[in-house]
Amino acid sequence: MKNEWPLWEIFIRGQHGMSHRHVGSLHAPDAEMAIKNARDVYTRRNEGVSIWVVEANHISASSPSDKGPLYEPSESKVYRHPTFFDIPEEVGAM
Amino acid sequence: MATPVNKEDAFSQFLLRMGDNTLILGHRVSEWCGHAPVLEEDIALANTALDLIGQTQMWLGLAAEVQGEGKSADDLAFLRDAWDFRNVLLCEVPNGDFGRTLMRQFLFDAWHSIQLGRLMKSSDERVAAIAEKASKEVAYHLERSADTVVGLGDGTEESHRRMQEALDYLWPYVGEMFQSDEADAEMVKAGIAPDPASLREEYDVLVSRILGDATLIIPDSSFAHKGGRTGAMHTEHLGHLLTQMQWLQRAYPGAKW
Amino acid sequence: MYAQMIKSEATQDDPEKLAAFQARIDAGEKIEPKDWMPEGYRKTLIRQIGQHAHSEIVGQLPEGNWITRAPTLERKAILLAKVQDEAGHGLYLYCAAETLGVSRDEITEMLLDGRMKYSSIFNYPTLNWADIGAVGWLVDGAAIMNQVPLQRTSFGPYSRAMIRICKEESFHQRQGYDAIRKMAEGTPEQKKMAQDALNRLWYPSLMMFGPSDKDSVHSAQSMAWKIKMNTNDELRQKFVDQTVPQAEYLGLTIPDPDLKWNEERGHYDYTDPDWSEFFEVIKGNGPCNVDRLAARNKAWDDGAWVRDGLLAHAKKKATRQHAAE
Repeated sequence: MKNEWPLWEIFIRGQHGMSHRHVGSLHAPDAEMAIKNARDVYTRRNEGVSIWVVEANHISASSPSDKGPLYEPSESKVYRHPTFFDIPEEVGAM
Repeated sequence: MATPVNKEDAFSQFLLRMGDNTLILGHRVSEWCGHAPVLEEDIALANTALDLIGQTQMWLGLAAEVQGEGKSADDLAFLRDAWDFRNVLLCEVPNGDFGRTLMRQFLFDAWHSIQLGRLMKSSDERVAAIAEKASKEVAYHLERSADTVVGLGDGTEESHRRMQEALDYLWPYVGEMFQSDEADAEMVKAGIAPDPASLREEYDVLVSRILGDATLIIPDSSFAHKGGRTGAMHTEHLGHLLTQMQWLQRAYPGAKW
Repeated sequence: MYAQMIKSEATQDDPEKLAAFQARIDAGEKIEPKDWMPEGYRKTLIRQIGQHAHSEIVGQLPEGNWITRAPTLERKAILLAKVQDEAGHGLYLYCAAETLGVSRDEITEMLLDGRMKYSSIFNYPTLNWADIGAVGWLVDGAAIMNQVPLQRTSFGPYSRAMIRICKEESFHQRQGYDAIRKMAEGTPEQKKMAQDALNRLWYPSLMMFGPSDKDSVHSAQSMAWKIKMNTNDELRQKFVDQTVPQAEYLGLTIPDPDLKWNEERGHYDYTDPDWSEFFEVIKGNGPCNVDRLAARNKAWDDGAWVRDGLLAHAKKKATRQHAAE
């Protein structure tokens, strides 16, 4: 690319107390302008209270071919989920 | 131009000045929609224009109320001729290139943000309420236009040259924002609005700092074009702007849109 | 639709991988950018998403044509917000295309030098204020018809862009109908404008769905890949069925003397647009093709120093920060 502005990934906290969510991307010459552009592009309808921007090429991602080794082992650990355990009704909510 | 003699006329004059500034500048900025250098800027400029149009509805709405002649903000925007407009000339000069548009925006935003800060303490609650809402929008306009002016001033050789040219062209239009007349004196007396001249010092500090960061040189001249905020003499450009803006309302009087 | 003439690329990939890929799509899984995909899928998607994005951007022009002449402050604000949304939609779509390995600048240049197309509808002019209403009502109405099913498309980033777009788009059609309704209920001159707009934009709107299914030989592969969800004629019929009663409510006449309800089919019979005109417009001979592309090229060329200037400043700033650390 000759002189293209870098691509930024945009994360927005929609409401207080929620975590930031990826909403999309945009181009900007630097981080400050990326935040401003994100404000103009992704919060036109009141969508956010906080913005994170990350330059896209700084994101490391897991590889799709690792899906098996990465995620399948957790499938067998059913005891990590609360529904694995039976609690007698008389005990009440837990 | 009739010299305002009483507080009502002066108040109406003041509101028209506020509303016409935002109307005409909002119109100019909206001309960029679909034509900006990059999508992100296109969207950002539209946001600025939308804020300015929204502020126009409030200022001209209040002006119409104060005038008490049963007019609406739309009547004032679309059915007055050039001599009735009270915007400063800075707002009506053509967009030029993107650099001139952003320089004009910055020079206006800097004044606008200081003015709205003062108006938030207006003795008139309605004025204070509009200023309160508008000041948040304008704080962002200023941040964005200032950043862009710095970025382009301190960018490439070409962008620097263009920004200096924009500043040289626009600087003679800056002084008008700080000229005072009897209507302003009336507003100061009523505690409604500040004396325009009293904003200059703060303005100069702000503008010098940003233009310094932008490596741009403020022209060594205090000459100021005038005639916009009094209505005495607009530029030739305003008439062309109005022929577009007002065309439908003029061609089909009384129609509802 | 916005991607009117997309041909699916033939694919010459490993049959085993292809079968597994197709199985994922059939199972309703989303394909993500880093997943294996057939080259034809990638190329077809780039063209389709690109064409869709370009349509949003070029689509700013016919409506933007009226921003400075909008008749009230409120209409001006609504129109500006709407045209701004189109820019936003173009942006989301360009970003979706970027995940497939084509940068915004590259794909933009393909629009500017004519290698890529945009929807034929935007090569028609907006000549009176009612056109703004008609564009929202008809053009956005037609677009929504295509975009709603595309939210379920197989490519993740495209689907997510469509979801966001559909959410924002819902006000566009309503504001258009509202604007043209004011005209249809207004003075005789306003009614005339409304009818004139409908007369000119009806057939171009029908063309938005692309050529008739019998001439559209490439959609089978795209449908199997779930990057095209319905056939052109299906969507066109649905659009006609939906729009006729809306026009009747306005007291406007659809410019098709043969339009009539077919009890047996449960649909309106209608006249097809003039397909020779459609192919001329696609070739570049519509009323506004030259002007539209010239406007986009001018914006791009005039903006080069701005893009370069701001980037140069960002680099200087980063260097200064490094030096200071």
